Amino acid sequence: MLPELKEKEARERIAKKIAADLEDGALVNLGIGIPQLIPNFMPEGVNIYLQTENGTIFAGPAVDPNDLRVIDAGGAPISVLPGGAFVSSDVSFGILRGGHIDVTVLGALQVDAEGCLANWTIPNVRTPGMGGAMDIVAGAKKVYIATRHFEKNGGSKLLEKCTLPLTGCGVVDVIVTEYCLIRNINGKMVLEEIVDGVDLLELQSKTEMQMEISPNLKIMKC
Amino acid sequence: MTDTLDIIQGCLETLSIFKQIIRSVADKMTKPFIKPIITPEEAAGKVKEGTTVMLGGFNYGGVPYTIIDALHDQGTKNIRVISVDASHCNPKVPEPVGVARLIVNKQVSSMVISHMGLNAVAQEMFSKGEIDIELNPMGTLVERIRTGGAGLGGFLTPTGVNTAYEKNRQTIEIDGKKFILERPLRADIAFIRAYKADEAGNLIYYGTGRNFNPIMATAADIVIAEVDEIVPIGEIDPNNVVTPGIFIDALVIKGGNAYAART
Repeated sequence: MLPELKEKEARERIAKKIAADLEDGALVNLGIGIPQLIPNFMPEGVNIYLQTENGTIFAGPAVDPNDLRVIDAGGAPISVLPGGAFVSSDVSFGILRGGHIDVTVLGALQVDAEGCLANWTIPNVRTPGMGGAMDIVAGAKKVYIATRHFEKNGGSKLLEKCTLPLTGCGVVDVIVTEYCLIRNINGKMVLEEIVDGVDLLELQSKTEMQMEISPNLKIMKC
Repeated sequence: MTDTLDIIQGCLETLSIFKQIIRSVADKMTKPFIKPIITPEEAAGKVKEGTTVMLGGFNYGGVPYTIIDALHDQGTKNIRVISVDASHCNPKVPEPVGVARLIVNKQVSSMVISHMGLNAVAQEMFSKGEIDIELNPMGTLVERIRTGGAGLGGFLTPTGVNTAYEKNRQTIEIDGKKFILERPLRADIAFIRAYKADEAGNLIYYGTGRNFNPIMATAADIVIAEVDEIVPIGEIDPNNVVTPGIFIDALVIKGGNAYAART
């Protein structure tokens, strides 16, 4: 049996792993949910710079929790760091679509073997809308997906082919779940790291996405 | 000596006359550009059944709350809204905020938006077919409005290519890369929100309240800006103006809405 984790533990593990994988100095856009935990887990000496799609360049922690004049895309108060700027949405999306962001980290409903992502609607159930996600995946240099490995009912979120409407296709570079890290290498999804105590064969059999196993498969530190 | 004094005297008189001329020219030039300050009710009164209205704002920020409140109280139905999101109405924020007040009050017949994840009522109405909602990627939506205001016929974007969004949309290949052809978007009226205006309607914004507002200011027949404060001409440095007053028809001073006070 795969080790079961509490929701908080799983989410923090994913955020921590991605934080450790980011390069110093990267300009990063974070989606809502697990990605927002990443700044709390940045390793000592590694700095990332945050852009928010609603128009902050160099976003920092909130100063006054009641001040909504500077917020992130989710509506939570933030601040702008020295050297930062505010821009309008046409400029913000020019930054995102135009390849000026190094990394984006987004959540997923489904992600598949071709690097396609679905995260904006479950038709007839829930349609939050795509928001900025379609533009972001179209333009970011590197797309990380931060997601739980399985649905609540046990089904794999990592599929051979997404069944939900797509956000983008051939766009996903790295997938991090509470059990493993998978990297898109030349269009192939390669399992590079696995958490200690997780049985490789069992994880493979329960994951619908066909993964290649890296010859240098490592233990995922978390 | 007397000659020198006369010359100086003459110069000063000339200078004084010169100043008067500048003043009178400035008065004549600036008068037509002074923007009327109207009440939120007068602003809302311009919206009739079937009017297409752009509403500025992104999440809590940069929303013309005071005008939206007046529009809510006015009760006009069948409003077509263009905005970035459907604001808040969910278990965490049960009292509807901003445009959500109009949606819950069944005043909105159609919307072009990008996100409604924080409005459970809008999602429910959408799934029951009670409201016509066209979802656009956010960067596409803002660019549609920008081209609408800039006199362009549309634009090509890679956003949404090879997804279901591409269906029923024209695609064009340029140098081997596929793009979606997107069309411009305009409105009858735009209600936007800024931080400060001068009497000429020049606007500056604060923080993340800028978002769609400067873009919407260019793409509607009538543009009304809700602001925190109106200052005399000259107090906003032309170097800092984000939206020039030529786009603005009237100004409204923000009222007592709790969210207006915090943004």
